[in-house]
Amino acid sequence: MKLAAQVVDVHKDYVLKGGIVVRALRGVSIDFPEGDFVAIMGHSGSGKSTLLNVLGCLDRATRGSYVLGGEDVSRLDDDDLSDIRSRFLGFIFQSYNLIPQLTVVENIELPLYYQGNTSSAAKRRCIELAKMVGLGDRLDHRPFQLSGGQQQRVAIARALVNNPHVILADEPTGNLDSATGEEIMQMLESLNAAGKTIIMVTHEPDIAARAHRTLRMRDGLLESHSPTGALS
Amino acid sequence: MGTRFWQTLRLGLKSLLLHKLRSGLAILGIFIGVTAVIWLVAMGEGVSYQAQQQIKDLGANNIIVKSAKPPSDVTRGGGFVMAYGLLRDDYDRIVANVPTLLQAVPMREIHKEARYLNNVTDARIVGCTSKYLDMNNLAMARGHFLTDKDLEAAENVAVIGHETAKALFPYQDPIGEFIQIEDQFYVVVGQTESKTPSAGIGGSLSAQDYNSDIYIPLTTLRWRIGDMVITARSGSREGEMVELSQITVTVRDIEQVDQTAEIIESLLQRFHSNPDYAIVVPKELLRQAEILQMMFNLLLVLIAGIALLVGGIGIMNIMLATVTERTREIGIRRALGAKQRDIVSQFLSETVVLSATGGALGVFFGFLVNPVISGTRFAFGKVFPDVLAAMPANIRDLEPRIAVWSVVAAFLISVAVGVVFGLYPAQRAAKMDPIEALRHE
Repeated sequence: MKLAAQVVDVHKDYVLKGGIVVRALRGVSIDFPEGDFVAIMGHSGSGKSTLLNVLGCLDRATRGSYVLGGEDVSRLDDDDLSDIRSRFLGFIFQSYNLIPQLTVVENIELPLYYQGNTSSAAKRRCIELAKMVGLGDRLDHRPFQLSGGQQQRVAIARALVNNPHVILADEPTGNLDSATGEEIMQMLESLNAAGKTIIMVTHEPDIAARAHRTLRMRDGLLESHSPTGALS
Repeated sequence: MGTRFWQTLRLGLKSLLLHKLRSGLAILGIFIGVTAVIWLVAMGEGVSYQAQQQIKDLGANNIIVKSAKPPSDVTRGGGFVMAYGLLRDDYDRIVANVPTLLQAVPMREIHKEARYLNNVTDARIVGCTSKYLDMNNLAMARGHFLTDKDLEAAENVAVIGHETAKALFPYQDPIGEFIQIEDQFYVVVGQTESKTPSAGIGGSLSAQDYNSDIYIPLTTLRWRIGDMVITARSGSREGEMVELSQITVTVRDIEQVDQTAEIIESLLQRFHSNPDYAIVVPKELLRQAEILQMMFNLLLVLIAGIALLVGGIGIMNIMLATVTERTREIGIRRALGAKQRDIVSQFLSETVVLSATGGALGVFFGFLVNPVISGTRFAFGKVFPDVLAAMPANIRDLEPRIAVWSVVAAFLISVAVGVVFGLYPAQRAAKMDPIEALRHE
């Protein structure tokens, strides 16, 4: 099976002031096949956010390799990592993280903008995606004019615009009421059904249960691996 | 690339419009700086233009030799009559001995009363030759100027200035009428056009007003009025004996001016034991005026530069606050693929938009310097007419002249200020750790 992403023996050390070394990841290896839907769980300090940052190319592993879409990205420099993020990764955050002064369409467009793609085809794609997430009538609205659920849907459209290898979701329903959260989860499920690879960090077991499998982290190590779906 | 550039600029503008007051205040600093540059330089140019224009009026190819009253006790002749100044022989000597000479125009001036019927006016009686008109850039309003023939025959003819004509002939054409100076009558053959009086430049050049003049042939003045002028004062009389008031020497080439002035100086020195003459070289004055203006401009640019510096610091301050405030936005953009240089160019474009907007507004207001100055003068004259009247002429009549270089320089500097003072905040934004930035509340 083709892998969307793969980490092999990844370590991450932080050096604090005073020379104290914090070992946030202590050798994590995971394969993410294409079309996977993984939930990562763990207490705060377990290393799940660090792992997500490494997977999102926001941070580099101290040791170990990270292969994304067939390319080893673990030794790339800052500019190249930025490039990887804009081309091959989609982000969905707990607090939506839309840019307040930009409209719905402009927010969706950002990854393409940083790829250097400002064509009218790109614009059309953004509008299509906005329609797909049900915001076709709010293209020129600003984030503060939208509800939380609507903002998260804009974020999902933004995460899809560059057709990424992997979508990384960090507590995507954390700021939403359960009904809206359910809406967002259905949207993620249908994206996954359409073939998208999704890696999601959450601490809510019933949200994690919607994924194919759940990984538990503890003290910088993978604790358990509980397959819940058919794809394990 | 082109669209990317415009998009960056447009997004920058959008972010700035989010904080209108803050952006406005940042713009204000640059705006004031740029306006100050343009205004100050325009006023400086206005003042020195006046001076230079007056010097140029004297002719850059000319050397002016004037009679000057020496310290009182060293005079030729005796008694109460003071004899001093240029002699007719001096004129002949100059004409005979200066090889570079194109022409020399002698002149003698006396202040006398002139009358026509019951109208009396004080006038400057100028004995001169036919060349005096062109040399002083005067123009005829009526009739003709003195001719060489008038001079040869020492005719009793006169050409009158604009003010003299108004005083003596308020309601009629003066041509052909007879005016009286002392016991002699002169037929008026011409009237000159009004000419704006020039202010004194300092040194040996005093203010010159051609409008109350009466021109008669130099020979006529010598025979009818004479060299002696007696002034009656309370209890005493004073007399002056001057043959020529001024000789204006013109040379062919401006390069010969300095050399010719030296020749004349040594020529006169031999025959004048007292310092009773002065040599004025307009070219030299012009050079000095230009140097003075350059120094003045330098000073103004320095002051304006300080204003722009302060404006720049204001912009930097505001951009640093903006960067801190938008830490999260920076994190989002970095996560979505913005490179460090994208962040730099984003914030840099915002500062440049700020400073260039301030610069453009400053240029716009800079061009309003003339209406603003004349409006202020008008209002000031309404409220404090006495104060305005007491001001020196070159301040009262100041016409600012906008210097193109100052407009271009001020605008470019304002943009440069944006780049220089925007670079640090932009770098700071770009160097942020995206993870930290995303976590920022």
